[in-house]
Amino acid sequence: MNNNIILKQTAKKLITQSLVALICLPLLLHAQTAEEQGLKIAKDAKEYDKGFVDFTANMVMTLNNKKGNKSTRLIRIKTLEVDGDGDKSMSIFDEPADVKGTAMLTYSHGLDPDDQWLYLPAIKRVKRISSRNKSGPFMGSEFAFEDLGSQEIEKYHYKYLRDESCGDLQCFVIERIPAYKYSGYTRQNVWIDKEGYRMIKADFYDRKNDLLKTLTSSEFKQYLGHYWRPGKMEMINHLNGKSTTLDWEGYTFKTGLTEGDFKSQTLKRAR
Amino acid sequence: MSIIMKYIFLLSILSCVSLAAKAIDVSGNVAAELQFFPDTAQFAEQMDENLTLSFQPKFRHSWNKGDDELTVELFLRADSRDDNRQHADIREFKWLHVSGSDEWRVGINTVFWGVTESQHLVDVINQIDRLEGIDAEDKLGQPMVQYTTLQDWGNLHIFVMPGFREARFRSETGRLRFPFVVDSSQALYQSSDEERHIDYALRYDHYIGDTEFGLSIFDGTNREAEFRLLNNVLVPFYSQMTQFGLDLQSIIGDWTWKVEAIHRSLDSGSFNAATAGFEYTFYGVLDSSVDMGTLLEYSWDSRDVNAPIFDSDIFGGFRFAFNDVQSSEVLAGLVVDTDKGSQSFRVEASKRIGESWKLIGELQVFSHVDVSDPLKAFEQDDYILLELAKYF
Repeated sequence: MNNNIILKQTAKKLITQSLVALICLPLLLHAQTAEEQGLKIAKDAKEYDKGFVDFTANMVMTLNNKKGNKSTRLIRIKTLEVDGDGDKSMSIFDEPADVKGTAMLTYSHGLDPDDQWLYLPAIKRVKRISSRNKSGPFMGSEFAFEDLGSQEIEKYHYKYLRDESCGDLQCFVIERIPAYKYSGYTRQNVWIDKEGYRMIKADFYDRKNDLLKTLTSSEFKQYLGHYWRPGKMEMINHLNGKSTTLDWEGYTFKTGLTEGDFKSQTLKRAR
Repeated sequence: MSIIMKYIFLLSILSCVSLAAKAIDVSGNVAAELQFFPDTAQFAEQMDENLTLSFQPKFRHSWNKGDDELTVELFLRADSRDDNRQHADIREFKWLHVSGSDEWRVGINTVFWGVTESQHLVDVINQIDRLEGIDAEDKLGQPMVQYTTLQDWGNLHIFVMPGFREARFRSETGRLRFPFVVDSSQALYQSSDEERHIDYALRYDHYIGDTEFGLSIFDGTNREAEFRLLNNVLVPFYSQMTQFGLDLQSIIGDWTWKVEAIHRSLDSGSFNAATAGFEYTFYGVLDSSVDMGTLLEYSWDSRDVNAPIFDSDIFGGFRFAFNDVQSSEVLAGLVVDTDKGSQSFRVEASKRIGESWKLIGELQVFSHVDVSDPLKAFEQDDYILLELAKYF
C-alpha cells in the first residue's frame, strides 16, 4: 500500500517533470529573441573591431549625377579609438581647392550628441558646431552625416532577420532602427558577414519607410592580420538616381596618434 | 609699386623653391572683382565702378613628422583706380614648432578670437585690412611670438607682439571712405615707442560639455584708430589700451547662444561693449536638403560720444546652405540702429563652378542713415560686387 502510493507519486512527479521539460524545451532552445540576437551580432562586430587603436586613410569621394557628371572631393581621415566612449576622428579636406585646409573634428558618443568643431582656414576660425544635422548631405553627396559617423552600439535598436549568402560569404541580415534623434531613416537593413563582420551591404529606408538608398562595400582588405576595411563603398540613391563612390586608399593602423592630436586647437595645424 | 615688386620677387623665389622641393604644399587663389556703385558719389573724384585683381598664394612646408612647419601666405591686390587699395600684405610668414602639448608660433600670424557674427569685439590681435571687405574679416599679418599650451584644464595662449600694423584707408578716388582722406603717413601714437611698442596678450579658452568659452587680456596699441582733423586730412591717433574680453558659446538643442563682452581702457577713458544673440537652424527645410539658419544679435556700447557703428544695434539674418554639389550658400543680414534708425542691409552669396572656380556675389545697401551715425559717410556707397576666383 505504502509502496503503491510512493510509486504513484514518483510516476506523477516524473510525468509532471517530463511535461514541464517537453513544454520548456523549445523555449530553452529559443531563449534569444530576434532583438537579442541582433544586438549580439552588433556587439560581436564591435568586439571584433576592438583594439585597432588608431588609423589614418585617404578618402576619394566621387559624386555622380544622372547625366554622368562627376565631382571629386579628397578627404584625409584620422581616427582614434577611445575606451568606453565613441571614437574621435578628424577629417581634413584637400579638394575641392576652395575648401582646402578645412578640417572637422568629431568626438562621437553613443546616444548623446557628438561634439563637433570646424576649422575655416579663410578666416582662421575654429567654430564649435551643432552635430544635430544627422540627415543632411555630406559635401553635397549621397552620404548623409549619419552614414559616415562612428557606428556605436547604442545608436540603434537591433533585430535579427535571417541568414543569407552575400556573394561568396555567408551573412547575417539584421535590422537597425536608429535610437538617436533626428535620423533621416526609419530603419536600415544591413548584411554583415559571419567571418570577419564586414558590412557588405546596407539598405536605408526613409521617413516614409520607402527604400531610399543602398550602400555596397567591396574590395575589402585585412589589416594587421585581423581588421577588415573596404576599398570601395558605393551609395546609390534610388529616388534621385545619383550615386557617390568612396575609394579608400593608404589605410595605416597604429600610427601613434594620441588624444593630443584630436583637440579643437590642433585643427589649426591639421595636415 | 615698389613694395608690390618686392612681394612679386619674393613670390617668384618661393615658387621656384616650391618647384624644386615637391615637399612644399602650394595653394591659394587668383580672383577678379567687379564692384559697382549705382548711387551718385558724394565726392566728384570718387569712382562709380572698379575692376580689380587679387592674388592670395599659400605655401606650406612641414618637417620633423609635422612638428615643425613653415607657412607663408601672401595677399596682393592690383587696383588701377585707387592707389591706396593697390596693396600687398604678408598674412602669414610663421614657423610653427610643436613639442608635446606645447606649440610655438614665431613670425607673422593671423589669429581669430570670438563667436559672434555681426561684429568681432574680442578679436583684437590683428589690424583689420580696411582696404578689403567692410565686414572686417580680412586682417593684416601681425608679427608675434605665440606660445600655446594645450592642457586638460584648457588652452593657454601667450602673445608677445613687437611691432604694430597701421591701418590703411582708401584714397580720394575710393568709395566707402570718410569725407576727409586719411593720411596714414602722419599717424600719431600715445606711446613714445610709436609703432615699435611691444604688445602683450593672454588668452585662456576651454569647453565644458556644449559650452565653449574664452577669457582674454590685451595690453598694447589699440588697433582701432581715433581720428584728428588736421589741415583737411584725418590723422589717425593710436592710443594705448588694456582690454579684458569674454566670449562664450553654448549649444542647447537646436539653439546656439553666443556672447562677447569687452572692457577697454584707453587714454581718453574706458568703456564697455557687448554683443549677444543666437543662431537657430532649420535642417532640411520643406523636405529639401537646404538648411536655413536664423541669426539674431544685439550689440551695445557704453560710449555716448564717438559711439561706433554698433552702439545699440540689432542684427538679424538668414543663412541658407543648399548642401548641393556646388556648395551654394546665401547669407542675408540687416543691421538696424535702435537709437538712430540707420539701416545696413547685406547679402553674400557664393557657389562653386566646376571643380576649382568660385563665384561670389555681394550686395550692400545703406538706408535711413542718421546724420550722427558714422555710417553717414557711406550713405551713397551702396554697391554690388561680383568676384570670380580660381583656386589652386
